[in-house]
Amino acid sequence: MSKAKTLLLQGDEAVVEGGMAAGADFFAGYPITPASEIAEGFAEQLPANGGKFIQMEDEIAGMGCIVGASLAGAKAITATSGPGFSLKQENLGFAIMVEAPCVVVNVQRVGPSTGLPTSPSQGDIMQAKWGTHGDHPIIALSPSSVSETFDLTVTAFNLAEKYRIPVILLLDEIVGHMREKITIPPADELEIVNRKKPKPEDKDNFYPYEETEDLIPPMPDYGTGFKYHSTGLFHDKTGFPRGKTEDAKKLMDRLMGKINNNLDDIIHLEDDLNGDEDVVVLAYGSTVRSAISAVNQVREEGIKAGWVKLKTIWPFADDYVRKLAEKVDRIIVPELNMGQLIGEVERVAAGKAEVTGINRYDGTLITPADVVAEIKGAL
Amino acid sequence: MSRYEVRLSGAGGQGMILAGIILAESALDNDELNVVQTQSYGPESRGGASRAEVVFSKEAIDYPKVIQADLLVALTTEAFEKYGDDIKEGAVVIADSDFIDADYKPAAKVDYYSIPIINTATEEIGLKLTANMVALGAASHFIPDLSEDEILKTIAARVPAGTEEKNKEAFKAGRRLVSEMKS
Repeated sequence: MSKAKTLLLQGDEAVVEGGMAAGADFFAGYPITPASEIAEGFAEQLPANGGKFIQMEDEIAGMGCIVGASLAGAKAITATSGPGFSLKQENLGFAIMVEAPCVVVNVQRVGPSTGLPTSPSQGDIMQAKWGTHGDHPIIALSPSSVSETFDLTVTAFNLAEKYRIPVILLLDEIVGHMREKITIPPADELEIVNRKKPKPEDKDNFYPYEETEDLIPPMPDYGTGFKYHSTGLFHDKTGFPRGKTEDAKKLMDRLMGKINNNLDDIIHLEDDLNGDEDVVVLAYGSTVRSAISAVNQVREEGIKAGWVKLKTIWPFADDYVRKLAEKVDRIIVPELNMGQLIGEVERVAAGKAEVTGINRYDGTLITPADVVAEIKGAL
Repeated sequence: MSRYEVRLSGAGGQGMILAGIILAESALDNDELNVVQTQSYGPESRGGASRAEVVFSKEAIDYPKVIQADLLVALTTEAFEKYGDDIKEGAVVIADSDFIDADYKPAAKVDYYSIPIINTATEEIGLKLTANMVALGAASHFIPDLSEDEILKTIAARVPAGTEEKNKEAFKAGRRLVSEMKS
């Protein structure tokens, strides 16, 4: 039986540890600051453990490669930052359409374009949702510490496998590069989910995109005798396009339904609320840390404040935030961008609570003092 | 101990980030001590301002960066002028006496050590690259709850193979520079 081990790791390195623990056996990508340590770590660990690592010619190929690997049965991951995430968007849409489980890590730096390569940002929140064209489901997770990065990398693989969807892991440069102590749990204490596969006897009667009751069709590995066609065109259960409008609606409803029917399983968040809050700070990623620090400070002064940490960014926690807005006067949303997720909070709060933002987009962090000032201004 | 905040600053390539990593990793086996290490640097691999920050606390560390340093090390005038005043009342400030040309009149009361960090590495150790370990040695004198042995052990594990002894020697020389001034 394996034992827990304590290490000092960067968030980027925790992605590698989490990926290996989740059973990742394939990485393809292209190095980019501040995500290069992820490629470096997988380059060391995958070949040594029977997996494959490929440095591709560019970001686009890195994404294409993990979709192919996924269809061939691999648990595949790539890692990038803003400029590369932009390049990956078309193939990300393809992965959603062909329902290829995979994990795409984006360690966010300040954009647009090459921006500030070594400075933190949360500027790709909306890109994670809408970067690829067309309506589509997506899952995006965002950790706030090194340990949480390990945990959410395992969760990302599990959700990808369970729902046959690419999962985006949104770090920011602070979480990616900072070092903290982390205790890695023994392998037998982790819940690992693997994709559902068809039975060998179903080979002659197999439809790769059949509408099963749970809306998630079993997925065989390419090259194992199951007839299997994948295309970015709207297709019927055979995987082939027929050019019929009813196929488009049916597939779109199933792709959205498999996620929307399971929001309780997919949406992860934590909160610290006493139930009598006047003001709540709702944060994600590295800004959570300043939110917690600030709430602890003002509580000592008798201010009724609480915090919420969103670990799942997409799908957005509509029901939770709707109920929260009914109970509190004000929700503060600190973000390292000009205001992205705050739009979702405002949409769901629908005027029931006042929603204000704290925004930084110069490559520096929002401090606890910034959040304290906003909380006090809000009272 | 509530937060103890260390800022190691210099130019890119001087090894301040490695010094910060070694400092943080030396707290690994101390179960009561939490630690977070961060860094800030530009896209260039040498030159430009570079800094490593290490926050220690026996409580959970929320905000990962230095708010106001308890201990500042500066190897360049640029770093010194940028961070020299961003310190707590009574903070320890260590500056390289040969390379920092600044008229230092800190706003807060400080415990100031102007010592020959880079020259000690060049002349006494014979390897300029070990200036970061001289700086670390000097800084380590003031950091609560971290033993010299733990840091020496981490240095041996973290520096390039074959340079362990030189780096440990540099660390001890830096520690001596400060302890001689204090006695």
